[in-house]
Amino acid sequence: MAAPRLYKTEAIVLRQRKLGEADRILTLHTPAYGKLDAKAKGVRKTTSRMSGHLQPLSRCMVQLARGRSGLDVIAGCETLESFQALREDLDALSRALYAAELADRFLAERLESLATYRLLLDTLRRLQAAPGDTALRYYEMRLLEQSGFRPELERCLGCEQALRPEANYFAPVAGGTYCPSCGAGAAGSRTLSLNALKVLRLLQRASYNEAGRVTMPPALAQEVERHLRSYIVCMLERDVNAAAFVERLRREQQPLEV
Amino acid sequence: MNEHPIAAPAPVARLIEEFHKLPGVGPKSAQRLTYHLLRMPAAEAKALAEAILDVKERITFCTVCQNVTDSNPCRICASDRRDRSIVCVVEEPLDILALERSGSYQGLYHVLHGAISPMDGIGPEELKIQELLARLRSGEVTEVILATNPNLEGEATSMYLTRLLRPLGVKVTRLARGLPVGGDLEYADDVTLTRAMEGRQEVSG
Repeated sequence: MAAPRLYKTEAIVLRQRKLGEADRILTLHTPAYGKLDAKAKGVRKTTSRMSGHLQPLSRCMVQLARGRSGLDVIAGCETLESFQALREDLDALSRALYAAELADRFLAERLESLATYRLLLDTLRRLQAAPGDTALRYYEMRLLEQSGFRPELERCLGCEQALRPEANYFAPVAGGTYCPSCGAGAAGSRTLSLNALKVLRLLQRASYNEAGRVTMPPALAQEVERHLRSYIVCMLERDVNAAAFVERLRREQQPLEV
Repeated sequence: MNEHPIAAPAPVARLIEEFHKLPGVGPKSAQRLTYHLLRMPAAEAKALAEAILDVKERITFCTVCQNVTDSNPCRICASDRRDRSIVCVVEEPLDILALERSGSYQGLYHVLHGAISPMDGIGPEELKIQELLARLRSGEVTEVILATNPNLEGEATSMYLTRLLRPLGVKVTRLARGLPVGGDLEYADDVTLTRAMEGRQEVSG
């Protein structure tokens, strides 16, 4: 849908980069216009009225003016949701930035994506309320599906038999699960415990109300995270930068072995 | 009938390309700078070239505070008139220039050379954080002021450093945040206003 010369839209700021001496280019996630880049003029000056409203993760109402060279300019903005509590908690913030980076990497430019917008918004609110990893795992699974990368979790990709309740294999490069016979030795496949398979299926099939309630012992949580991460990295064909910080914080929080 | 376009002479094209590598210098600016240099007296052009070489040869990073300097340790770290019990942590060397201009600070500095920006792949390892921790081991420093920028990356860096420094028993303070002079209450965002309200000071007199 082509936008008129001056238009208004709700947006979540995904990321930013510097431009010139005082400007920034912001990557915005909007419900109606999808992901788009916009120029924010003068925001790096201390007297800028807009800079506080346009921090990454802010949800705001922006007024955009169509730019000549394809880059729209932010003419005005107003904060709708600042996620202040999220910003003041390092654990929640690191996870929120990871979610924002995933959105940026999966979304194509200017493709209407109300579902992913709602998903990101819900996830940011969940992380703000309780910075756990389950909200993030649910986000990853949903985002994969919405982006057309739904992993196969019901059948073996080799022999097409329904998976049995036992340890199987997970192979991102093939698109999902293998049974024990087909999976052994298959390229890029790693062991998938039965419990991990159950969690992945729950994340794929259930609403957040159900899936969000699952509690996992650390080893299981790590296994689920590993499988989802390797799947994401395989689909994106690149690493997700912000994951490293989440992992580092987790490592540094762990009480030292005496 | 299209004649093959004749490009600028090789040395000119080369200089344009070198200018173009600098941040904020686009192709047009690079061309303008190059053609300006062509008209400049040879002595001035030589002076520019020598100034560039000089900077790279003589300027290094202070091993104590990581600031840019031509002497190691830098003038500030070497001075006996500075308060050596306070270290003010900033993102870039230019931040030191700004703070020194204000004349309101007598302690030492530490330059991180960036801020934590997970999405851009900049984590604690990319910053001069280990060097900061090393300085604190002697126990001479009793206060660390976190003066990173009041934006998302600066806040993330400040929170991370707070977590790292608290167990060391050193006092950790954060530069006040709130409304800038020249700013407008009406246009300020919620986070700024909340901080300004929380940080309110009793007025004297």
